[in-house]
Amino acid sequence: MYVSPEQIMKDKADFARKGIARGRAAIGCTFADGVLLCAENPSNTLRKVSEIYDRIGFVGVGRYNEFDSLRKGGVRHADLKGYTYSREDVDARSLANLYAETLGGYFTHEPKPLEIEMLVGEMGEEPDGDQLFHLLYDGTVMDMRTFAVIGGEADAIRGRFEETWSRDSALTVAIGAAVTALAGPERRLSADDLEVAVLARPNSRRAFRRIEGDELDGLLA
Amino acid sequence: MNLPLFRPEDDPGPSFLGLLGHLGLGPTEFFRGAAGVDPGLSPHATTVVAVRHSEGVIMAGDRRATSGNFISHRSIEKVFPADRHSGVAISGTAGIAMEMVRLFQLQLEHYEKVEGKALSLDGKANQLSQMVRANLPLAMQGLVVVPLFAGYDHRHDTGRLFQYDVTGGRYEERDHAATGSGMLHASTVVKLRYREDMTEDEAVDVVVEALFQAADEDSATGGPDLIRGIYPVVASITAAGFERFDDQRVADRTTALLDTLIGNQIGGHPSS
Repeated sequence: MYVSPEQIMKDKADFARKGIARGRAAIGCTFADGVLLCAENPSNTLRKVSEIYDRIGFVGVGRYNEFDSLRKGGVRHADLKGYTYSREDVDARSLANLYAETLGGYFTHEPKPLEIEMLVGEMGEEPDGDQLFHLLYDGTVMDMRTFAVIGGEADAIRGRFEETWSRDSALTVAIGAAVTALAGPERRLSADDLEVAVLARPNSRRAFRRIEGDELDGLLA
Repeated sequence: MNLPLFRPEDDPGPSFLGLLGHLGLGPTEFFRGAAGVDPGLSPHATTVVAVRHSEGVIMAGDRRATSGNFISHRSIEKVFPADRHSGVAISGTAGIAMEMVRLFQLQLEHYEKVEGKALSLDGKANQLSQMVRANLPLAMQGLVVVPLFAGYDHRHDTGRLFQYDVTGGRYEERDHAATGSGMLHASTVVKLRYREDMTEDEAVDVVVEALFQAADEDSATGGPDLIRGIYPVVASITAAGFERFDDQRVADRTTALLDTLIGNQIGGHPSS
């Protein structure tokens, strides 16, 4: 039976979108001192937010095993590249391109596309250098200078987030905006429902730092 | 460079060395079949010490590298952070040792990132042990590396230190350790000066004196170089993490030591 390529692609895209929409969302944005990565995640062992390299962080939503294997691939790529050349030569752009290739490859050639969306964030030397790459299930890569929302109900969350967030906010303000946007009007999210990390400029070589426990409670209060 | 993705049965896990091996980039592969190497051809680094004190561990190393009779470098570093809460100090063939340190640092960081959790201190010490053992074929050809490893163990709230031998043997020491060509002299000073529950400052004075006396007796160990402003590297590992002291602090402690030694000399020769 003949099925047109358009139909195959559309079915695959619908399938992937449905899978992603079931999961909870995450936001990546810049703030005064770097990049904030904030995900709704009731588990504190199965991570969505992770460190890739000195100045590069990762957020994945959707099927855990699928984005986690890409996360590991990213850590391996970055560590190999830094070992072969130099730590300065590892950047989010080339990693985002590799992710895009992989996602695109799965989408086109495999019977089942990956049901994931990912963010790769890089903190620049200067605030202007901060970068966020938003990757879709089909390999589409978008270069976001300021913020990106991934996962279920992304459009509604994006709308709410834009209302309260501004580019040079302090960390407290940025976290507040992200958490309110993720929760929506009818819910309140506590520290236990969240996974938060920053790539922050005052930190040492490894800029990635998790914000959890009492510190997160304090910032949410 | 591509994205290294593996099927579950081929996955190298959290080991960076495993990953390198998988890709045919293992560190010792270049040297397979190399004949014995004249030690005069490659710089050797010497004399590092570690001393435990009440808050953690102090590690220190002199700055000299020698190739046979020549001084090949006056200011190399032999004490490095291994990760946030541990440090590694090296003696032996400088090129191989520095590469070993770089791989060791990467191995610890890679594990932490892939697993989402840092290795235990014993796990780290064991990793280094395996790396030293993997170097045994090169050690038989004259390219020996013998490190010291120290760290702050959060599970036991104490500083701990480990000594190695060329076969990868790992020996945890309670109070202090030294390795390299000046180790006998350095150890003697540390042994005589060591007290239980020294403060960090006292431990710094002990290692500065130990390296000074080692340099006084061993030509491959460099003493403080007041003309060029080169002093031993001293680093502290406590619950707060690894910190390399700035040169000025070490210079001040060296000057204090020299004043005492000169004072003793004058006191010892009343005629002068």
